[in-house]
Amino acid sequence: MTQHPHGTTGLIGASVPRVEDLALITGAGQYVDDIQLPGMLHMAVVRSPYPKARIRSIETAAARAMPGVAAVITSADLEGKLNVVAPPMFPGMQAPPTPALAAGMVYAVGAPIAAVVAATRTLAQDAANAVEVEYEPLPATVDVEVATAPGAAPVRDELQHNIVYTTVREGGDVDKAFGEAHHITRLRIQSPRQVVLAMEPRGLVAAPERPGQGLRVWISHQTPHLARSELAAELGYPEHLIHLSAPDVGGGFGSKSGIYREDLLACHLALKLDRPVKWVATRSEDFVATNQGRDQLMFSELALSQDGTMLGLKVKLLANMGAYLHFATAGPPQRMMGMAPGCYQIRNLRVEVSGVFTNTVSTGPYRGAGRPEAVLNIERLADLAARELGLDRIALRRKNFIRPDQFPYRTATGVEYDSGDYEKALDEALRLSGYDAMLRQRDERRARGELVGVGLCSFVEPSGGAFFESGSIRVEPSGAVTVLTGSSPHGQGLETTFAQVVGEKLGVPMDRISVRHGDTVAIQQGIGTFGSRSAIMGGGALVAAAEKVIDKAKRIAAHLLEAATEDIVLEDGAFAVAGVPNKAMTWAQISGAAHRGRIPADMEAGLQESATYDPRRESWGFGTHVALVSIETNTGELKIEKLVLVDDCGVLINPKIVEGQIHGGVAQGLGEALREHMRFDEDGQVLTGSLMDYAILRAADMPPLIMGETETPNPFNPLGVKGVGEAGANGAPPAVANAVMDALEPLGIRHVDMPYTAPKLWAAIRAAQGDQGA
Amino acid sequence: MFPASFDYHAPTTVPEALRLLAENGPDAKLLAGGHSLLPAMKLRLLEPGCLVDIGRIPELRGIRREGQTLVIGAATLHADIATSDVVRQAAPGLATAASLIGDVQVRNRGTIGGSAAHDDPAADYPVILTALDASFMLVSSAGARTVASGDFFLDYFTTALSDLEIITEVRIPGAAASVTSAYAKLEHPASGFLVVSAGVRIERGADGRCRTARIAIGGLGGRPFRATAVESALAGHALTPAAIAAAAALAADGSDPDGDAYAPAEYRRHMATVYVQRALEAAL
Repeated sequence: MTQHPHGTTGLIGASVPRVEDLALITGAGQYVDDIQLPGMLHMAVVRSPYPKARIRSIETAAARAMPGVAAVITSADLEGKLNVVAPPMFPGMQAPPTPALAAGMVYAVGAPIAAVVAATRTLAQDAANAVEVEYEPLPATVDVEVATAPGAAPVRDELQHNIVYTTVREGGDVDKAFGEAHHITRLRIQSPRQVVLAMEPRGLVAAPERPGQGLRVWISHQTPHLARSELAAELGYPEHLIHLSAPDVGGGFGSKSGIYREDLLACHLALKLDRPVKWVATRSEDFVATNQGRDQLMFSELALSQDGTMLGLKVKLLANMGAYLHFATAGPPQRMMGMAPGCYQIRNLRVEVSGVFTNTVSTGPYRGAGRPEAVLNIERLADLAARELGLDRIALRRKNFIRPDQFPYRTATGVEYDSGDYEKALDEALRLSGYDAMLRQRDERRARGELVGVGLCSFVEPSGGAFFESGSIRVEPSGAVTVLTGSSPHGQGLETTFAQVVGEKLGVPMDRISVRHGDTVAIQQGIGTFGSRSAIMGGGALVAAAEKVIDKAKRIAAHLLEAATEDIVLEDGAFAVAGVPNKAMTWAQISGAAHRGRIPADMEAGLQESATYDPRRESWGFGTHVALVSIETNTGELKIEKLVLVDDCGVLINPKIVEGQIHGGVAQGLGEALREHMRFDEDGQVLTGSLMDYAILRAADMPPLIMGETETPNPFNPLGVKGVGEAGANGAPPAVANAVMDALEPLGIRHVDMPYTAPKLWAAIRAAQGDQGA
Repeated sequence: MFPASFDYHAPTTVPEALRLLAENGPDAKLLAGGHSLLPAMKLRLLEPGCLVDIGRIPELRGIRREGQTLVIGAATLHADIATSDVVRQAAPGLATAASLIGDVQVRNRGTIGGSAAHDDPAADYPVILTALDASFMLVSSAGARTVASGDFFLDYFTTALSDLEIITEVRIPGAAASVTSAYAKLEHPASGFLVVSAGVRIERGADGRCRTARIAIGGLGGRPFRATAVESALAGHALTPAAIAAAAALAADGSDPDGDAYAPAEYRRHMATVYVQRALEAAL
């Protein structure tokens, strides 16, 4: 790699090409499925085709007898061991363990019933198909309202009721606010369930090491250290004897957090058979074996005064969690607790969140993880309130925005937003979109009978905050730099971003820096990448580590130059006595000295430092997205004619990578808005279990994006950064939703839930025309 | 997923293929482009013990004119049909339909005979071939027979083809200047298969009026739906925009489609009128 033209100063803020890409786009990446080990066996899983059934019998003899089959196991072989255990995040949470293989009952389509290992993947699948299971299908519960109705049948036999947990948070005097309100806007809104669909499905290779003394695991994962801890606990295997790596990971979007049943099975079988075992999900398996996203049902009320002041907000949320809880299943709907009021000053808040068991595939974090639902809720309410009060929706937003001078701003329920200037982002989005001209154009086209709408969404994106993160910087004797980060990436370009951060801080060119991650032995304890956290958390840890390294290097330079440490300055990657630049010492000279004893007697050898970062607060990015849409009356086909995105994620380390993150988030968000919907029929059968039925957004479906930015540095982060990984998925869908509802307003349509498929919009238009006597 | 294991034969002549079919009995399936069969095998919906690959038989490939009949070999690729000048001239609706199947990779592997024999109710060829009044040359060891499209496509995934027969040719009559055709399709956003589609064939008289119209609609049931109400409304009339719109409005008359998770029956019926109108407009 050539040295960046900016040298080392100005690396932060430069659109450096991603150092990861050459390998990844030329097929040189190393994913789990690329790992081949001598004697490796392959696992296939027998899964339930029923959403709820009693298992009458499992016949494995034929499968065991097939050539190449090493083992076939069922729950009977596990003796109650090997369960996925979701952490009890909330008081009173019902979190029954999930057996790796169903014991007597299955509660969701796709639940593993038997595991087969054989010499090849094909033989394993053949043998899995030869396992005969006799089921007694039972009535399933799919809908959260049905599941929570009085007298509802339990989704799982061991449950007292179908509520996973209920949490309530209240601030201000909600009843008083609603009592005094001039108007109350009410909304029932459902976010569609989405399939996560990482390009690389889940998978792992588990291999015994030095018999009885270790387990080596390569797994497609977002949080290697957390994975090792959970794996150790659930396997009953010593944590320090597990060496776990996440190699190149082809996307996770939240779904590759926590341990799944197949992970336990592959590790268990590897240890039991003393052979390496590989399992990689097929796409069909990934549809039923990996956590899905969204699927929250919200009932909301917004109390307003006559002039549009938002007085109070009540939200009741039912989150569909499926039948089995994984590590993070319970988490996403909790986002409503902190961000229900969005960008607005609402001093009276009541939020009640319930997780609900159903006989469906498990849910969990998916890009945004509760944020998109919260944004959708408040932004639809804002538009509806403006419509119902006859006020301008922009004016209503401006009136209620938290003002720049109010930060750090504490919400009615005690959450602190660090910084923001919401009106600035709104103004920039209005300017970039040509908002007023767009409205005129809309009105002209409406007069010609077209269905055209303009919508916008102002949003906050809380990021970082949970857990700590770690970073280490090791200056090698040559002066080259090895960076170790706990923020193990899975496509975010952190090898580039973190090299920019460290390069700038140390004054070392990027081609002298390598960023390592994703290995529990090579890397000190750490967490990983999720929740838009890594630039904030991993970056923060590396800045702290860099400061320590620089501090030590200065002391070494002072020793060698026979000067006072406080007189040493680091400039252009070299250390010198202030004002005497001709006697500067390079990193190679300093590090060489540190490794060869030319250091003060009371100093440790070497030049490496570690740090952790834990700000104990979240960062609050924000922005405004604007959409122009049209709908063909005769077919219901929706076209996004313009999409303008103004995002503020504080200081940009690499603008091109930020842009890519927004692009990706928008693509997944538009999938939700336009056509992605994982559906089950009323009996719980999967209706959209493959890419032939589940309409993931494709490249050709992306509208051109007009992107802008404002930059409001995070005052609580050493880099001034905020997260951005989920911004596109948070802001774009509500902007489209508001635009679609604006387009349908002349027909008197108040609300339609996403996704806006052509048949759904056509039916809504047809029904409204019927109502209007058309 | 992975298919179950199977035997594979690649004959180079039709008689050899027929012999292999006969020898292997009901366990044998014909493989042409494999774009319907192999996905079903990978999902283990089908587990044939023996595949007879007829994609390598030279005599089954090619496009030619025999007077006013367009003759297409059964193993001719979608891509070849979509880009053939002969097809574009003789049956433009067929070229359009072929160009809308799947994606480039699918069109470079899939064959017209394979698609017709599979008879997916969401596939394009059954619709346009019905509109074009095509017939199929079916060959077995007992001899050859010709079956008209109306008698060939019977129901969901069901045709008149027997287990011991091979489609050798698709024959499309009426390649004349007075005849034109078109195809219009509403694609499923996930699969690209049709939700609703319309194939139309118009024969004009010397006065420019419509002499006969043949209209087939996909997505309204297990076999292409003949929109006879539209056909009658157009026959003998000048093809003005108003006449086309009025006729197209009758497209779903007499149909009784099933809805599915994506498109309810009412939507399909309405889209039938929209896409028949679009196809008629494209034909003129």
